[in-house]
Amino acid sequence: MAFVIVTAIIVIGTVLWNFVSPWWFSPLASNWGFLDTTILISLVITGIAFVLISVFILYCLVKFPYREGHKSEYEPENPALELKLTIITTIGVIALLAPGLYAWKLYVELPTDALEVEGVGQQWVWSYRFPGEDGVYGSTSGRLFSSKNTFGLDPDDPYGQDDILIRSGEVHLPINNKVVFQLRSKDVLHDFYVPQFRAKMDLVPGQQSNLWFEPTLLGTYEVACAEYCGTGHYAMRGVVVVDTQEDFNSWLAEQPTFADTMNEGANGEQIVQTLGCVACHSIDGSDGIGPTWRDTYGTNRSLSSGETVVVDEDYIKTSIVNPMSQIAQGYAPVMPAYATLSEEELTAITDYIKTLSE
Amino acid sequence: MDQNSATYEGQQMYDPKGWWDTYVFSQDHKVIALQYVCVALAIGLTGMFLSLLMRMQLGFPGLFESIDAGSYYQDVTMHGMIMVIYLLTALFLGGFGNYLIPLMLGCRDMAFPFVNMLSFWMYFLSVIILVASFFVESGPTGAGWTLYPPQSILEGTPGADGAGIILMLASLAVFIVAFTMGGLNYITTVLQSRAKGMTLMRMPLIIWCIFLATFLGLLAFPALLVGAIMLIFDRVLETSFFMPEIFKGGEVLDYGGGSPVLFQHLFWFFGHPEVYIIALPAFGIISELISVHARKNIFGYNMMVWALIAIAGIAFIVWAHHMYVAGMNPYLGFFFATTTLIIAVPTAIKVYNWVLTLWNANIKMTVPMLYCLAFLVTFLNGGLTGLFLGNVAVDVPLSDTYFVVGHFHMVMAVSPVLALFGGLYHWYPSVTGRMLDDTLGKIHFWITFVGTYLIYFPMHYIGFLGVPRRYYSNEQYDFIPQSVADLNQFITICALIVGAAQFILLYNFIKSYYKGAIAPKNPWGACTLEWQTLESPPGHGNWGEQLPVVYRWPYEYGLPEATADFVPQNVPDEQIT
Repeated sequence: MAFVIVTAIIVIGTVLWNFVSPWWFSPLASNWGFLDTTILISLVITGIAFVLISVFILYCLVKFPYREGHKSEYEPENPALELKLTIITTIGVIALLAPGLYAWKLYVELPTDALEVEGVGQQWVWSYRFPGEDGVYGSTSGRLFSSKNTFGLDPDDPYGQDDILIRSGEVHLPINNKVVFQLRSKDVLHDFYVPQFRAKMDLVPGQQSNLWFEPTLLGTYEVACAEYCGTGHYAMRGVVVVDTQEDFNSWLAEQPTFADTMNEGANGEQIVQTLGCVACHSIDGSDGIGPTWRDTYGTNRSLSSGETVVVDEDYIKTSIVNPMSQIAQGYAPVMPAYATLSEEELTAITDYIKTLSE
Repeated sequence: MDQNSATYEGQQMYDPKGWWDTYVFSQDHKVIALQYVCVALAIGLTGMFLSLLMRMQLGFPGLFESIDAGSYYQDVTMHGMIMVIYLLTALFLGGFGNYLIPLMLGCRDMAFPFVNMLSFWMYFLSVIILVASFFVESGPTGAGWTLYPPQSILEGTPGADGAGIILMLASLAVFIVAFTMGGLNYITTVLQSRAKGMTLMRMPLIIWCIFLATFLGLLAFPALLVGAIMLIFDRVLETSFFMPEIFKGGEVLDYGGGSPVLFQHLFWFFGHPEVYIIALPAFGIISELISVHARKNIFGYNMMVWALIAIAGIAFIVWAHHMYVAGMNPYLGFFFATTTLIIAVPTAIKVYNWVLTLWNANIKMTVPMLYCLAFLVTFLNGGLTGLFLGNVAVDVPLSDTYFVVGHFHMVMAVSPVLALFGGLYHWYPSVTGRMLDDTLGKIHFWITFVGTYLIYFPMHYIGFLGVPRRYYSNEQYDFIPQSVADLNQFITICALIVGAAQFILLYNFIKSYYKGAIAPKNPWGACTLEWQTLESPPGHGNWGEQLPVVYRWPYEYGLPEATADFVPQNVPDEQIT
């Protein structure tokens, strides 16, 4: 009997929870409301099945408890009943599948009149590229990546010169405008996911994947990487700002083109953004996967080897080129070695870190 | 013929010569089964401990300084791998399969006892290799249990630069060898060694389930094996099966041309049938238990068998439902969503037939029955949420969120483990000759059932909110409210209680082994052959001089013309009154 009572409470609680749960869909900010509808349809149909079957179990437990000397009914088969149940189940499954497949058709057919943006993932930062004035992306190759050419663009391709590069992890989009994201990754798998937009797609190195949506609500939204991508996965946060068309236009006009970026000198702040250093090393003093850079220059640091060293130019440069040699006490030895940076770039980074301690 | 072999009816038996042969290098399927159970439970406890470490970080971030992001991901990875492969697969097939197949089919042992013994020792070796990875420099792999390249073999993932990932892959390869040895044995035994009268359609459903699960394993594990070997090549020999051009750490790596998605196809071509490799034996246990303890014939045996065969078949064409947003050709989603929802129909039939078995039954609320009923509730819940995730478009917002964690733990952790516990309580008397303590069993049951429901049910809703899985910390995210942290604390406390409760089971096992009530020969009044042996517990060779002859199906409960409320399979019609 205890089982009947407890299970009844569980079943009733499971159903009621859907009406009182403090956690529900994040406020919708895109055209994908239909995906929410498919979830609700699924909740209703599966909820009915859950309740009916559970109640049947509990009814049997109450109605047919063990009686000494009693024999249960002998009924090995009932083909008519089994056929009926199979048909009802099939109908339920079709009722679930039909809206699901319809929604998927909408999801995978990319609109042709949309704004195009390329989303690029790397451990553990996001960056973006707009095709620029000519509306055509410059060609890219995995072999052309460098700490300067962080999108792997072909420097000789005329289409690429005006491509607009967003290297800060914050991208703006115009409201009520369809957007097609072409997604690629430099290193490992990632997944572009904004809970309020509902849409989601993996970024896979060596290939392109696509995703589209239409932002419908002004505001600032967080991009949360949804495919495990190494130790810093949880820290791979980005920002999407949905602007009015005018705000978007003026924001876009301020962003550098590929040609601009190739002409700039070594800029420490830019390099640490594009290499993704800031995913682990905060610049505001908060603790991350690695030690913060705020107010750290010139201080003493305990290493996991037990030594204590001063955070000076030499220490910083060695830590970039060969991180495993000097792991700070209390941090996991997970930083990749950035062995190919030029002396000029190393100095620019060090100078930038110095400015954070002033 | 060896002088140490006895012969029964022309069948040759290998008899143990001494202590080592009897208890360590034994070829007796019952001893091998116990060895599998003990090793699997030991490594399973390790897996549970890892999950508690993970929960400590989620519930009380920063409380333990030693749990940094790297070790958190190592805990997640090893927890998943241990539970799915080294606990559940090994315990269901190596443990239950080994023990029950010969006993339920009325044979003296497995078809190839020596290969059977090797199977266990290979499994043991794979566990040793797995455990060894905890002790190498930079620790075990933290690539997630799916081991997706490129990150699984690149710096930036824990264990990728050391031997962790290589040991993981090597351990899997050895496990697959062990599984293949055991699996061929199970298949051959089922097809070749059944007692007289034991037609295929008179086999207990659990044997059907183990038989089909073994088939699935033999066809699915090779995909994982080649995937693992190719991944070792990519890591050690720098081939590029799964490695495209990669820019990392400021330089372009020496890889190019490979496909990370190819690995995912290989992994899930194994990984989805693997779900059924675990689920089918659990289905089998439930089918046995519900019939015995409800004192009623299982409803719709033929339909049950065909549903199982359908599930086993369709299980091979649903794998890419794990990859809807993985960057494969999106049009494949239409196909895989359809096949995935089709598999819900035979699965639903199984559930209907279990619950219809309760109709007009004579239900005994024993401890195994409690587990069985709890399985029905959790499996129903977890199975139904699978309809969300299988349905491609519905999967998009939910994929890689806590909804998925809630779903797969409910359907493939909680339910099979409840079935497993039910099975352990049910067959413990057959193995040891003693009954388990009922009170302890009930305490263990209630904490486990209610506790796990409280752990996994709320996870679905933070999944609706969009909280991603595999996050070491949620602190940075504004869309994740404080209430999620509070919930995580609650879940962690539940997990600690449920974790502690498992020691009640362990204590019960040990206590009852020495002090439990002596079990009658057939304590539950079951029809199947494993309870009809000459000695109880059954001795070497199982049946004494005379092999049993089977006259009826295994669920003859409540037969109107019989005097007792059950008729064992080996009782001829003349003797039923």
